[in-house]
Amino acid sequence: MNSVPWLTILLVIPALAAVVVAAFPRRLATQAKQLTLAVTLAVLVLAVLATFAYHPNRAGFQFSQHYDWISTFGISYAVGVDGISLVLILLTALLVPVVVLSSWDEFDGDPQDEGPAGGALPEDGGLPAGGGLPESGGGTAVLVATPPVRVEAVAQAVPVPRRSVPVFCALLLVLEAGLVGVFAATDVFLFYVFFEAILIPMYFLIGSFGPAQQQAQRSYAAVKFLIYSLLGGLLMLAAVIGLYVVSAEHLAHGTFDFASLRQLDITPGVQKLLFAGFFIAFAIKAPLFPFHTWLPDAGAQAPVGGAVLLVGLLDKVGTFGLIRYCIPLFPDASDYFAPVVLALAVIGIFYGALLAIGQRDMKRLVSYTSLAHFGFIALGLFAFTSQAGTGAVLYMVNHGLSTGLLFLVVGFLIARRGTADIGAYGGLAKVTPVLAGVMLIAGLSSLALPGTNSFVSEFLVLVGTFTYNKALAIVATTGIVLAAIYVLYLYQRTMTGPITHEANRNLPDLSWREKAVVAPMIALIIGLGVYPKPLLDIIRPSVTATYTDVGRSDPAPPHPVTSQPGGRS
Amino acid sequence: MSAILLAQTEKITPPSIEYSSLSPLLIVFVVALVGVLVDAFAERAARRVIQPVLAGAGFIAALIAVALLHGRHALLAAGAVAIDGPTLFMQGTILVFALLSVLLVAERRLDSSGGAIVASAAVTPGSKGSTAARTSADMQTEAYPLMVFSVTGMMLFVASNNLLVMFVALEILSLPLYLLTGLARRRRLLSQEAAMKYFLLGAFSSAFFLYGLAFAYGYAGSVELGKIADAVGTTGRTDAYLYLAVGLIAVGLFFKIGAAPFHSWTPDVYQGAPTPVTAFMAAGTKVAAFGAILRVFYIAFGPLRWDWRPVLWAVAILTMVVGAVLALTQRDIKRMLAYSAIAHAGFLLVGLAGTNTDGLRGAMFYLVTYGFTTIAAFAVISLVRTSDGEASDLSQWRGLGRTSPLVAGTFSFLLMALAGIPLTSGFTGKFAVFQAAIAGHATPLVVVALVCSAIAAFFYVRVIVLMFFSEPLAQGPVVVTRPTLTFATAGIGTLATLVLGVAPQPLLDLANTAASSGFVR
Repeated sequence: MNSVPWLTILLVIPALAAVVVAAFPRRLATQAKQLTLAVTLAVLVLAVLATFAYHPNRAGFQFSQHYDWISTFGISYAVGVDGISLVLILLTALLVPVVVLSSWDEFDGDPQDEGPAGGALPEDGGLPAGGGLPESGGGTAVLVATPPVRVEAVAQAVPVPRRSVPVFCALLLVLEAGLVGVFAATDVFLFYVFFEAILIPMYFLIGSFGPAQQQAQRSYAAVKFLIYSLLGGLLMLAAVIGLYVVSAEHLAHGTFDFASLRQLDITPGVQKLLFAGFFIAFAIKAPLFPFHTWLPDAGAQAPVGGAVLLVGLLDKVGTFGLIRYCIPLFPDASDYFAPVVLALAVIGIFYGALLAIGQRDMKRLVSYTSLAHFGFIALGLFAFTSQAGTGAVLYMVNHGLSTGLLFLVVGFLIARRGTADIGAYGGLAKVTPVLAGVMLIAGLSSLALPGTNSFVSEFLVLVGTFTYNKALAIVATTGIVLAAIYVLYLYQRTMTGPITHEANRNLPDLSWREKAVVAPMIALIIGLGVYPKPLLDIIRPSVTATYTDVGRSDPAPPHPVTSQPGGRS
Repeated sequence: MSAILLAQTEKITPPSIEYSSLSPLLIVFVVALVGVLVDAFAERAARRVIQPVLAGAGFIAALIAVALLHGRHALLAAGAVAIDGPTLFMQGTILVFALLSVLLVAERRLDSSGGAIVASAAVTPGSKGSTAARTSADMQTEAYPLMVFSVTGMMLFVASNNLLVMFVALEILSLPLYLLTGLARRRRLLSQEAAMKYFLLGAFSSAFFLYGLAFAYGYAGSVELGKIADAVGTTGRTDAYLYLAVGLIAVGLFFKIGAAPFHSWTPDVYQGAPTPVTAFMAAGTKVAAFGAILRVFYIAFGPLRWDWRPVLWAVAILTMVVGAVLALTQRDIKRMLAYSAIAHAGFLLVGLAGTNTDGLRGAMFYLVTYGFTTIAAFAVISLVRTSDGEASDLSQWRGLGRTSPLVAGTFSFLLMALAGIPLTSGFTGKFAVFQAAIAGHATPLVVVALVCSAIAAFFYVRVIVLMFFSEPLAQGPVVVTRPTLTFATAGIGTLATLVLGVAPQPLLDLANTAASSGFVR
């Protein structure tokens, strides 16, 4: 079974499909979507099959492949997975089809795609809220009526469709291929290439497919995202080259092979510099406080599907990089910088949560909650216990599910009302009970209620941190309270109470397509909350191996935490 | 009396000229001369066909000659010309870029009337004949021989092992470029002003070079690069001569690559020159000037590397910062690419700062990648036009991604290559030079370079934003779809950008072989 090149298959299929889909003309939008869905579902099936072929307790990378690429610089196409990267690839394979399905109609209603048929707009109800227009009237209705009018004006001046569904699908597929590559690469250079390459599709997703009305903010957010990430990436490039030069000094021939680099005995001073280069890139990507300011903008301006992938997957590349590269390659420096990272993590937990409470825009709110969650993940990673580390990796998956679902729900709301402003909603639980229920589940998972997936991971992180540093763990625990506030406050303002806007009275509840999108997510949220063992079994050996390799065994593995004889480390 | 003269002349043994080893140079030189004759005797209409074919065939023949010479490692013509790995690599590169540029110059289906070269350069702008000169289907076919002469100069420039020959080569490559700059069909005044500026500043910098040459001779008693290096520390003369020589020669060479603070001509000339000439200049001159810099600094002033390294660092940092920061403020796309060229010169200098063989390899590789991308970028620029010629103002590019996705997509890809995004040649090139610099203990310089890359990325990305995320203008420019030659050039350049980004190994091997054989002394 291991002779199957799983990873290359998972990488190549979406990449090839992207090329094919990109060549589709605009009028074949539906076919493009169908093909994309089929391909991404096939990738999901393959990823699940690969998971069954994976042996959790075998040391080292599995499904490895190794071909020389640029031998002058010791660069090779080398892929392989351990438990950590495998679960993230699974998450990728799951979220992409979900996003494809959730964005199914998002750009169909775009009146400019209709081109010359613009005159038929009022009747055909292209916009979801268009049906209620003539009767309702009032202030909000004017708001809703604005886009078609503006759009018609533009359409007359320049009869060019604004957004192309095949391009959107192709960007998603490129992103999927890039993400699989990032998680599967076992050559640092290859990792870097994918790390940078995934920026480009996301950049276009934000810039070209974000909310139609906010062109200026959209390009601002897209550019900010790209420049932030590039700056981090370039600092990492310096460190990547530095690592190569160090390897060339230690070994006969310089290399980027992760396994060989791991064996290097780099002097602590050099380690600190290299660590800093990698860490800043990952901290921007994740993002950790204070490198986060691009996230709310990007999260708010991306199309909903893009936001799910951005926060659910792209940002995981940052936290994944921390445990895959920063800690094993630079153990001394990780030690040295751990207090800084932990402090940033705890600040992020509070800062993100507090800002989330104060947001009026739902997408920005969800983005800020992610900042808090990334704080927890970083905390778990740098507590250097296998429990906290396992929890953190599980948290990466769970965060993808819960925040992904939250973004999807927000997206459903936006699709119905055309705005992300919380003030435009209220009392929706009566009108759209299923939607409200899904939002509640997503929210509860986000605040880590026991019985949902996030509880397990958050608990593991906190317990693991507790054995490392009690004060930190206690402080971080209070972050959960803030999480309850931002989630419940959001739910309260949008779903409970009387219906505050007439326009909301006739909103449709979830369609079958939307239910199909959320069903697997909810199933996983509950399922992993009750029975997380399958994932933990995959993750734990790899995390333990990572920490053991750098000489970090748990403080008191066999004993319960209470029996430790006091004293913080 | 005459007997004495006779006796003296008999003592001079004529240098043996290995014609076969000099064949690339000779071929191009002869083609240039034939081109002049063609211009004198052929019919006006026939010239427009004969000249580009002749120039192209000459370049191809010379390229074959270069390929046949591979592995040669010798000093020729009494030590004046060096044929070695780096020389042949760079001569080949120059020839390929010249070939692509000839395609651009030969393009005659861009403008409603003719190509990018004016019909009659001598007509005063604004006078009665100027409209006729602009709309005439004719062109100054002298542009072709001028280009070929310039290529001769470039090829000699990278091969010269002797400061005097190098100076001659510098002039041969520069003078035709000054003229070519003034030949733009549209915006004649701008073009002429650029030519004038380029000529004056260029002459000035040549004087610096010549002055430095004199000091070098005064110090070492020879103008041969190897002998200057041998003289360091062994001659009894004061070192002040040597330092003056290094400084003055460096000024002359830095001017040619457009390194700060000698860069001020670059934006004006890039903007004013006909776009095909700009492409040729940006790609070819850079290769030639870097070839000369590498040779002078690695051979003649090699023993002094600890003295000039700090200066090189300072110039590199200044060049990168000036290029990246000033590009941010540009509104004209050709000026923006000019500042980008300055920044790239800075990145190349970073590679040199390592003063090792890796740096030589990296710089040579970088020059190839940069040249292809730049030529393709200028080719694309020449495609986007309004009724008034090229749409050079950035605001006119608004929304191009909606109206002409293919052209805008290609240009975006090229901009990403210039910004150094992975899987483009720009990234591989940057990687190669930065790796050399870090291996040569120039890490701080690399960090500055990377920060500048991030700044530079901002203005490249700004163009992409304009093209893709903005609404098209109602009266926007159109993309001309007829010009096959320009499309071919843009296509070749873009393809090379992609291939060298994804599979750079063959070229790296070539550069590695060339670099590790080293300079012949």
